Amino acid sequence: MVDSKQQWKAWLYLSPAIVLLLVFTVWPIINTVRMAFLEGYSGLEAVGGASFEFGFGNFVKVVKYKKFVDCLKNTMLLCVTTVPISTFLALLIAVALNSIKPLQKILQTIFFLPYVTNSIAIGMVFSAMFNIVGLTPGSLPDTVGIVNNVIEFFGGEAINWINQGSSYTANIAVMIIYIVWNALPFKILVLLGGLQSINKQYYDAAKVDSTPRRRVFTRITVPLLSPMLAYVVITGFIGGFKEYTSIVGIFGEKMGPTGDQGRLNTMVGFIYDALKTDSQGRASAAAMILFGIILVVTLINMQVSKKRVHY
Amino acid sequence: MSKNDTIETMHEKNMQQTSFRQKVVKVLVKFVVYVFLIAMAIVVLFPFYWMIISSLKSLEEYRLNIPTLWPRTVILHNYVDAFTTANLGVLFKNTMIVGIVSTILSVVITVLSAFAFARLEFKGKNTLFAALLATMMIPGELFTITNYSTVNQLGWMNTYTVLIVPFLVSVFYIYLLRQNFLQIPNELYLAAKVDGTSDLKYLWKVMVPLAMPTLISITILKMMGAWNSYIWPRLVANDEAHRMITNGLRNAFTDTTGDVNYPVQMAAVAIVSAPLFLVFIFLRKYIMSGVSRSGIKG
Repeated sequence: MVDSKQQWKAWLYLSPAIVLLLVFTVWPIINTVRMAFLEGYSGLEAVGGASFEFGFGNFVKVVKYKKFVDCLKNTMLLCVTTVPISTFLALLIAVALNSIKPLQKILQTIFFLPYVTNSIAIGMVFSAMFNIVGLTPGSLPDTVGIVNNVIEFFGGEAINWINQGSSYTANIAVMIIYIVWNALPFKILVLLGGLQSINKQYYDAAKVDSTPRRRVFTRITVPLLSPMLAYVVITGFIGGFKEYTSIVGIFGEKMGPTGDQGRLNTMVGFIYDALKTDSQGRASAAAMILFGIILVVTLINMQVSKKRVHY
Repeated sequence: MSKNDTIETMHEKNMQQTSFRQKVVKVLVKFVVYVFLIAMAIVVLFPFYWMIISSLKSLEEYRLNIPTLWPRTVILHNYVDAFTTANLGVLFKNTMIVGIVSTILSVVITVLSAFAFARLEFKGKNTLFAALLATMMIPGELFTITNYSTVNQLGWMNTYTVLIVPFLVSVFYIYLLRQNFLQIPNELYLAAKVDGTSDLKYLWKVMVPLAMPTLISITILKMMGAWNSYIWPRLVANDEAHRMITNGLRNAFTDTTGDVNYPVQMAAVAIVSAPLFLVFIFLRKYIMSGVSRSGIKG
C-alpha cells in the first residue's frame, strides 16, 4: 500500500524533469542520429515534403569537405597545445601555492578570477591588447598594442598578431595564450584541492628519510595527485574539442582575421554554420563525428589513467 | 680524551654547516616560489587592469604611440557612451528576466527530482538514474541541432520561452543535490512520517535548509550561465526585444581589429564583467565548491 503510493508520488515529482528531458534530450539524440544517416537532409526541404535516402552520404561529404578538415585541424591543434601547457602551468602554480603560507589565500583568489568572466567580453580585451590600431599601408600605426609595446621594450619587433595579413601561426599563438589563461583557474582549483587532501604523514616520512625535494615531488606528490591530474586532462580535452566562443571573443563571428574569414573555425563552429544554412544532415553528421572523437579520446585517457593513476 | 673532543666539535661544525646550507637553499627556494607566483598573478590580472584603464582613457590617449599606464584625464563619459551604443539597459533587463525565471524553475525541478531519487523507492530507479548520467557524456551541440527545429516548429523563435525552457533540466544539478540529500539521515524522514508530516512539508522544512549550500551553488552557476550564454541565444532569439547581454555585446562591437573605439568598447566590457565580479567577491566559496565538482564552465 505504502509502496504503491510511493511509486506514484516518485513519478509525479519526476514528471517535469522527465517531460523536458524527453523533448529536449532524448528526442534530439534519436533525431540527430536519424538526420545524420539521411543523405543530404535539410529541415526546409523536409517540411516541403521531400524524402531522403538512408546512407552514409553525409559523413562522406563532411569528411571530404576541405572546410571541415580545416576545422578539425584547428580544433586538434588547439587541443594538443593548450591542454598540456595549461595542465603543466596549473600543476606548477598549485604546488607553489600549496608550499606557502603568507599570501596564499589572496593569490588563490587572484588565480581563480579568470573563471568568473565572460569569454566573449574578455576575448575583446585580449584582442585590444594584441591589436594594431591605425594600420594603413605605407604609414606608421597609431598604437601597436600593449603586447607589442612590451616586445619592443625588450628590443623585439612588433608582430602582426590578429590584423589583416597576420600569419596563421600568430593567430594560433594568440588563441593558445587566451585559452590557457581561461583554462588555468579550474585546473588550479582542482589540483590545489587534491594537494591539500594528501596526508601530511607521507611528507613527514620523507623528511625523516631526508628524501630530496625532486624525489618527493615525483614519488609522492604526482602519484597521489594522479586522479586529479587525470580528471583535469580529460575535462580539458572535452572542453578543448568544443572550443568556439573564445575564438568569437577575439576574432568575432567571422572566425578569422579580416581578409581570411573562417580561417580559425572549429568543429563546433562548422556545426553551427551548417545549421544556419539549414543543412541539418551535414550538421548532424559533424556532431556525431565530434561525439565519436570525444568518446575515443576520453576512453584512451581513461585507459592510460587506469594503468598510471595511483588510487 | 682530547682527541674525542675534537672529533665531536668537528662533527658539530659539520652539522652546523649543512644546516646553514639547508637554510640558504630553503630561503632561496621560497624566494623563487614567490617570484614565480607573483609573476603569474600579474599575468592573470593584467587583462583586467588593461580593461579598466583603457575604459577611462580618451580615444586620443589610447592611440598614443607609447601607452600610458594610468589615464592622464579620467573620462567617465565612456561608460555613458557604452551604455547607449550597446543598448545595455534592454540587454540587462532581458538577461535578468531569463536568468531569474529559469533559475527559479530549474531549482524547483531539481529539488523535486533529487528528492525522488534520494528518498523514494520506485521501479527502475537505478536504471533511470544511470540513463540520466549517461546523457551527460553527449556534447550539447548534438542536442542543439534538433532543438533548433523543435523550437521553430513550436513557434517559440524570438521569445523568452525559447531562452528558458530547453535548458531547465540539468542532470548534473540533480546528481549534485541527490548526493547532498543522501547524506541527510533517513531517520529524520521516518520520524517526520510518524508525525504525519507531508512529503512536501518535510522537503521544504528539513531537506532544503540542510542542502542550502548546494542550492546556492546551483543558483549562482545557473545565473552565471544565463549571463554568459552566447551560442543558443544567438541562434534562436537574436531580435532587438529578446537579445541577451553577451550576444548584444558582441553585436554592438562587431569589429575587433582595425580602427576600433576601444575606450568605449572596454567600458562596455567592464560593465558586462562587473556583476560577475560582484558575485565572485561575495559568494566565492559557493562558486568554487560547485565548480570543483563540475568541470563545466558557466
